[in-house]
This record gives sequence, C-alpha cells and structure tokens, in this order.
Amino acid sequence: MSVLARLARTPEGAAGLVLLALPVAAALAAPFLFPADPLAIAGPALAPPFSDAAFPLGTDRLGRDVLAGLVHGARASLMVGLAAAFVAVAFGALVGTIAGFSGGLADEALMRLTEAFQTVPGFLLALAFVSVAGGSLPVVVAAIALGAWTGPARLARAEVLSIRGRDYVAAARVAGMRATEIALREVLPNALPPVLALSSVIVANAVLVEAALSFLGLGDPNLITWGSMIAEGRTMLRSAPHLSIVPGLGLVVTVLGVHLLSEGLAEALATRRARA
Amino acid sequence: MNRAFRLVRRRALTAVPVLLIVAAGAFLLLEAAPGDAADAYLLSIGGGDPAFVAALREQWGLDGSLSSRLWLYLSALARLDLGWSLAFDRPVRDLVAERLPATLWLMGAATALSFLLGSALGVVAGARPGSLADRLLSAGSLAVYAVPGFWLGLVLIVVFSVRLRWFPTAGIETVASGKAGLARALDIARHLALPVASLSLIYLALFLRMMRAGMAEAWRQDYALAARARGLGRFRIAVRHIARNALLPLVTMLGLQAASMLGGSVVIESVFAIPGFGRLAHEAVAARDAPLLCGIILVSAVMVVAVNLAVDLAYAALDPRVEDGEARA
Repeated sequence: MSVLARLARTPEGAAGLVLLALPVAAALAAPFLFPADPLAIAGPALAPPFSDAAFPLGTDRLGRDVLAGLVHGARASLMVGLAAAFVAVAFGALVGTIAGFSGGLADEALMRLTEAFQTVPGFLLALAFVSVAGGSLPVVVAAIALGAWTGPARLARAEVLSIRGRDYVAAARVAGMRATEIALREVLPNALPPVLALSSVIVANAVLVEAALSFLGLGDPNLITWGSMIAEGRTMLRSAPHLSIVPGLGLVVTVLGVHLLSEGLAEALATRRARA
Repeated sequence: MNRAFRLVRRRALTAVPVLLIVAAGAFLLLEAAPGDAADAYLLSIGGGDPAFVAALREQWGLDGSLSSRLWLYLSALARLDLGWSLAFDRPVRDLVAERLPATLWLMGAATALSFLLGSALGVVAGARPGSLADRLLSAGSLAVYAVPGFWLGLVLIVVFSVRLRWFPTAGIETVASGKAGLARALDIARHLALPVASLSLIYLALFLRMMRAGMAEAWRQDYALAARARGLGRFRIAVRHIARNALLPLVTMLGLQAASMLGGSVVIESVFAIPGFGRLAHEAVAARDAPLLCGIILVSAVMVVAVNLAVDLAYAALDPRVEDGEARA
C-alpha cells in the first residue's frame, strides 16, 4: 500500500486531505471562477451575505465581491506559504549541511549566525526586511523565510553530523570522491527526510506570518490576501463583522488542514516502519 | 550557588558573539535604510545648508569608512545609546523604556496562563491516553493551534466587547480615569483580558500537546510500571510520577517560545491598540523609522537571551542532573 493510501486511512490524514482540498481547489479554480480583478468594485457597497445571488457572501465597504476575494486569497496564501517554506527549507538544509560537514571554525561561525537569527523574533525580522525592501511578493516570501530557516538548518546539521561517521561516507572518501561531491551526493540526500518532515509545520507558520504581515498592511498591495481582507473588514467590525471573520475561517481551514495532514503523514510513516 | 554561577558564565560567553552578530545586522539594516543621523537632525531643526550637514557628518564621524561607522555604532551601543528616533524625535532608549512595561505585562500574563492551563489540561489528557477526555482535548488543541491570534482577537472583540459589552475594545487602561491602587489594577486587568486570551491560546495548545505527548511516553517507562506494580492508584501515579517528568521539556519550550511570543505581541498590540513595545515596532515600520526599528530588534534580542538564561537556571534547579546547562545522563 502506498504512503498516500495509508495516509488517507488515518483519521487525521483523511480529515486533513478534505480540509486542504478546499483552499487548493479554490486556488486552482480562481482565475476561471472569478476572472475579473478581485480588487475591482463589482457591485453596491456592503451588500449583506446571502441576499444577492450575484454576491453569495456579500460585498465589502467598497463594493468588492467577498467570495471572489476569498477564492483569490487562497491563491496568495498557498503560494506565499509554499514558496516561503521551500526557500526556508532549501536554505536551511544547505547551511546545516555545510556547517555539519565542514566542522571547525566554519561550523562554529554558521551556528552562531543561526543562533543570532533565532534570538531575534522572526516576525520582527520580517517587518524589518519588508520595511527596507518594500512590500512585493518576492520580498514577502524572503522576509518569511528569513525567520524560518533556522529550524531546518539545525536539524540538517544534526543529521549530517550523525551521517558523516557512517561507513558508506568513509567508503566514498576511500573511493576518491571529492568533499563537495560526498556532501551533496551521499550526505545531503540521507539527511533530508527528517528536514522535509519539518516542512509542513513551516508551511503552516508561513501562511500565518503572511496573513499577519498583510493584516498590518505590509504585504503586496496589488495582491488580495486573507490578511488584507481581515484588515479591511476591521473598520466595519461593529456593523459587518463577517467581513473580517469569513477570510479568517479560510486561514483556519488551511492551517488546520496542513497540521492534520502532517499528523496523518507521521502516523502513516510510523505504521510502515512498524510493519517493515 | 557555584553551579548557577558557572551556568550563567557559560551562557553569557556564548551570548556575546550572538548579540554582536545581531548588532552588526542592525547596523547593516541602518545602512540600507535611506538617510543617516545628520539628515534626521537636519529634518528636526527644519533644514540647513549643505556645508553645515557636511560639518555635522565630519563631527559625528559619519563620513568615515564602513568599519569606522560600525565601530562608532557598537561603541554607542556599549554606552546604552540606542540612537535617535526619526518619527518621534526622541531617544530610542526612552521610547523603549516607556513602552516596554505594557508588553511585559501582556507577555507575562499570556505565558503564565498558557503554561499553567496548558500543562494542567495536558495532565488531564495524558492521565489516560486514548480516553474521551484525551481525544477531545487533543482534537481541540490541534484546532486552536490553527487559529491566527490577531483574527481571534477580532472575533473576541465582536463577541465580548461589541455584543456583550463585558470588556473594553482597546487600550491598556481607561484614559484619565483618576483610578489608583487596586481599582487601577482591576481596570488594567479588564483591558488586558482579551489581548492575553488572543496571544496565549496558541501557546496553551502547544503546551497541552507537549505535556500530553510527554505523559503518554512516560507511561511506557519502567518506573511507571514499577509504580503500578506497587499498587499505587492511577491518578496518584499520573500526578506524582508521570507529570513531574513530563513537565521538564515544557520549561525548555518556555524559553524557545519567548521570541515567537514577542513577535506575536506586535500584531496583538496593534489589534487592541495597546501602547506597547510591539505596537512601537509597527509604528517604526509604518514611519520608516530605521533607528527605532533597529533599537527594538536589539532590545528584543537581549530580552530573549535573558529569558533563556532564566529558563536554564530554572531547569538546573528542577533537574539535579543538569550541570553547566547540559544534561549529563
């Protein structure tokens, strides 16, 4: 049985797949369902939800379609979350592998750098980076990754340290492979799986950090995100609280789906190991 | 006492290079931001001629090389001079000192609530792994773990401030209320109730899950089996033997989460308009006030180091096997 089939059999995994299917489907279908710009005015302002068939979730303060924003927001959230997690894991794994493999002074220096990044709150780092570089999509991705690469780096280093002394690495060295070749072809592929297991938590966190950044008005201003919708709806919190509450539910569903999926995956992999 | 001293010394020695790296990073951030202290001064006095600015730069050493400017910056930090805020036209140190108490109250209360309630609920869940209480608490904590704090804050405002009118929506105390002593403390507590709840819930779930996992693991250990063989009751074993051992990793987590919680307070303080340290960071970014932002980053790094030192000391006091901050098995 494949890991995916076993994943779908665990209660957490099945629930996670169902929950995540919603934002993923919304993200993929957004350009077909709502081809118009979600930031453009579509109808009367502040239409209540379930009142007009054209706007099932109503419109916001400026008359923008809430459902269109919700669907397009899924796109931004997933894109930024996945991209930031990818950058963080790739960069962290690279730093950790170099530190663990070279040892000595380089290891010491890289680990101090990692510690320095862990000492400063990741969210403050992201704020500082966006304030200097300006709020655009690549900057936001880099800003989130800046506070998230230390976990993968430490884990990769620990893995590399334990792998470095194994027989097959010694064999590669005896066979005359160069150090960089051994690091990239023998050590890194074996150190990677535990680091990848960490990446689901990093995706979930990246989605939340992106939402918080755009809530504070520091995201890409040309992109509709759940965080910016919540911030926009906040001015109407007394008269139309759904404008802030609905996009937040999108965040909860997405992040909960990722967490459930990772729990299910851990369980599925554990049962495979137990059977093997 | 001697043990604690050695631990503090060892920790301080590793903290110095880390804080130096953070300071160098803050310096680079300052260099990357447009304008320098001379421009800022010029702005505050309403302009001046270029010759005056050049003289000012020479006098302050701002025309030197990058390394000499870095040295100037570090020696100013050593004198606890954090620079001059552009947006507030005041020393950064005074601003930070003014805003820090509100954040410390917020974070202290959130830490206490999440740690105490989280570990207590974790004991309930872990006392009987697989029971109904365990399954409900585990599922509930996972759901809570996915809730963004700032959004939760808005939901709490809608329910408890707008609809029920139980709590105020913003601020840390009633402005110019003339309250003092206990009345003032109660007023502040009423203002902090919703922010503390929004900030702490995610950590409460984290501590609950860690405690529950630690207890589930501890039930499989030999000493738990031995205690059961001696005929001790399940509840007594859970509280006296299992929970005590499962509590130690939570203490470490307390230190690891300090930085994360400080970052979280930025958004929570903005939601509830609390004039604290986190909101100051948001104001610094909004006003493009690089010196203020750098000062905030440095102060928060020092705070995180201090919290971790305190956690290490607590850990050493709780676990006699710990020597110099490392467990010797």
